Amino acid sequence: MASSASIGDGTVIRRILIAITVLFLSVFLVLPILVVIVSAFQQGMHTYWAAISEPEALDALRLTLIAAGVAVVSNTLFGLSAAWMITNYSFRGKNLLITLIDLPFTVSPVISGLIFVLLFGGRSVVGRWLIDHGIHIIFATPGIILATCFVTFPFVARELIPLMQSQGNQEEEAAYMLGANGWQIFWRVTVPKIKWGILYGVVLAAGRAVGEFGAVSVVSGHIRGMTNTLPLHIEILYNEYQFSAAFAVATLLLVFALVTLVLKRYLEYRIDRKSEAL
Amino acid sequence: MKRIIKSSLLLAVSTVVLTTAIHAKSVELLNVSYDPTREFYQEYNKQFAAYWKQKTGDDVTVKQSHGGSGKQARAVIDGLEADVVTLALAYDVDAIREHAKLLPANWEKQLPQNSAPYTSTIVFLVRKGNPKHIKDWDDLVKPGVSVITPNPKTSGGARWNYLAAWAYANQKYGSKEKSKTFIKALFQNVPVLDSGARGSTTTFVSRGLGDVLIAWENEALLVSRKEAPDQFEVVYPSLSILAEPSVAVVKVTADKHKTTAVADAYLKYLYSEPAQDLIARSYFRPRSASALKSYARLYPNLKLVTITSLHKNWADAQKVHFSDGGIFDQVFENKAK
Repeated sequence: MASSASIGDGTVIRRILIAITVLFLSVFLVLPILVVIVSAFQQGMHTYWAAISEPEALDALRLTLIAAGVAVVSNTLFGLSAAWMITNYSFRGKNLLITLIDLPFTVSPVISGLIFVLLFGGRSVVGRWLIDHGIHIIFATPGIILATCFVTFPFVARELIPLMQSQGNQEEEAAYMLGANGWQIFWRVTVPKIKWGILYGVVLAAGRAVGEFGAVSVVSGHIRGMTNTLPLHIEILYNEYQFSAAFAVATLLLVFALVTLVLKRYLEYRIDRKSEAL
Repeated sequence: MKRIIKSSLLLAVSTVVLTTAIHAKSVELLNVSYDPTREFYQEYNKQFAAYWKQKTGDDVTVKQSHGGSGKQARAVIDGLEADVVTLALAYDVDAIREHAKLLPANWEKQLPQNSAPYTSTIVFLVRKGNPKHIKDWDDLVKPGVSVITPNPKTSGGARWNYLAAWAYANQKYGSKEKSKTFIKALFQNVPVLDSGARGSTTTFVSRGLGDVLIAWENEALLVSRKEAPDQFEVVYPSLSILAEPSVAVVKVTADKHKTTAVADAYLKYLYSEPAQDLIARSYFRPRSASALKSYARLYPNLKLVTITSLHKNWADAQKVHFSDGGIFDQVFENKAK
């Protein structure tokens, strides 16, 4: 305690640091949020309501929720199995696998989208065959789901792998010795240990999935009422000079971001308590 | 007994209603278009739906997709299943024919006037009062004038902008070398290249960058008359280019969707008087003489050159100016040095 007291001793330095932090937060966080809210309500409650209740906005909201929902569920399953495999077994190429999981974080979202266009587009063999058989991947809902899955896919795994590695597998081994089968070990021993970690990963993945723009923009085809997600719909409104409407729809994303933030905070608190208890 | 008669009558009536309801088909079309046509097609789709309903009894809904013209053509090539394309220039429709073989070779002859039911031209949009005194192309290369135009590599509108400037320079200076110098000086004054025409308009109008926007006439009129009245002025240069945005049925896709008949009618109806009137009201130059006459004050007479007077065809213009290593690359690379 004594050493930290001496670091923050100079009141001048302390005040400067606080001032910098407050200034930074207001310029980069508070002001933009205020601009969004003020612009959204600039033309009154009526315009606001019209913008978020028009069919195209609702279609965009629905598509966004579908894509985010599928992405979160499939990535949770993937993250769990990957983390389980990595912590409980040792095999060749394990480190390579861990590195590969991070790939979507390092690849630019535009490239992520283009990968699917090249793979399932009309000019690839696979894409041609699928289109000829009436199966539409890109410029349709499946493409948007795929792109969303791709960009969010490291979140749960990334959260779980270090958590499970640090916790070790003694408990699982003990359960095994006591005669539990794999299923029982998983549900009764592993899941209770990592559930907050899973939820934390889910919240992060959902936040990213809802807000994703780049990758989805490439595979969308921008068909109104069909393949526009909320962020794409906002861009369209903005380009049509409907600034108030664009910001009104943006408040939906803002609400979602705030909910994500609160949940994230709560989960961090639960995880901290959990590790203190251990 | 009375009740039985009543209910059987009801049944008969409802059967009739039901069967007519089944007979009225509902058709869906996808129109893949470029940026500045958003407002026009929103209105036209309603107009056509009403006409089609009256003519055939069928309901038709047209879905829209908008973006930079070149980018939209790419999307169709990559598998976006458009029934019709309404793009900024013939070259982009031709790219779909060439790379994806979705249209017949003679698509441009399928409809009157090179399959371009409306035209436009390239003009300048300046801030109120024209503080930099911009009157003609020469004023754009003056030092200290900041010009906004999109990237000709990705935007159809930008290619028209570029070619209009080229046509002016050609006429004024005669030689190719001098025209190149003119284009180079022009692009030296461009601080930012957006990927599409609408992006450039937003840069100029909302972000307040630049002294002059080289724009589609329809885009300039839309901004100065409807979106931000009294803040901007349209300036007509002494010479510009006749832009003919092309429309075409994507034959292979429409055949597959069994929508060829509706798609054909959808594009043909663009040439009808009510549609031409809407076109003129939406700030595009109509083909119909009577529509043009009623809106004459919107569309002043102006010396317009055609693309074919500059180049053999679009493919040739594309090769000379916009392909890798073409004139645009040469002048723009030099800019960095």
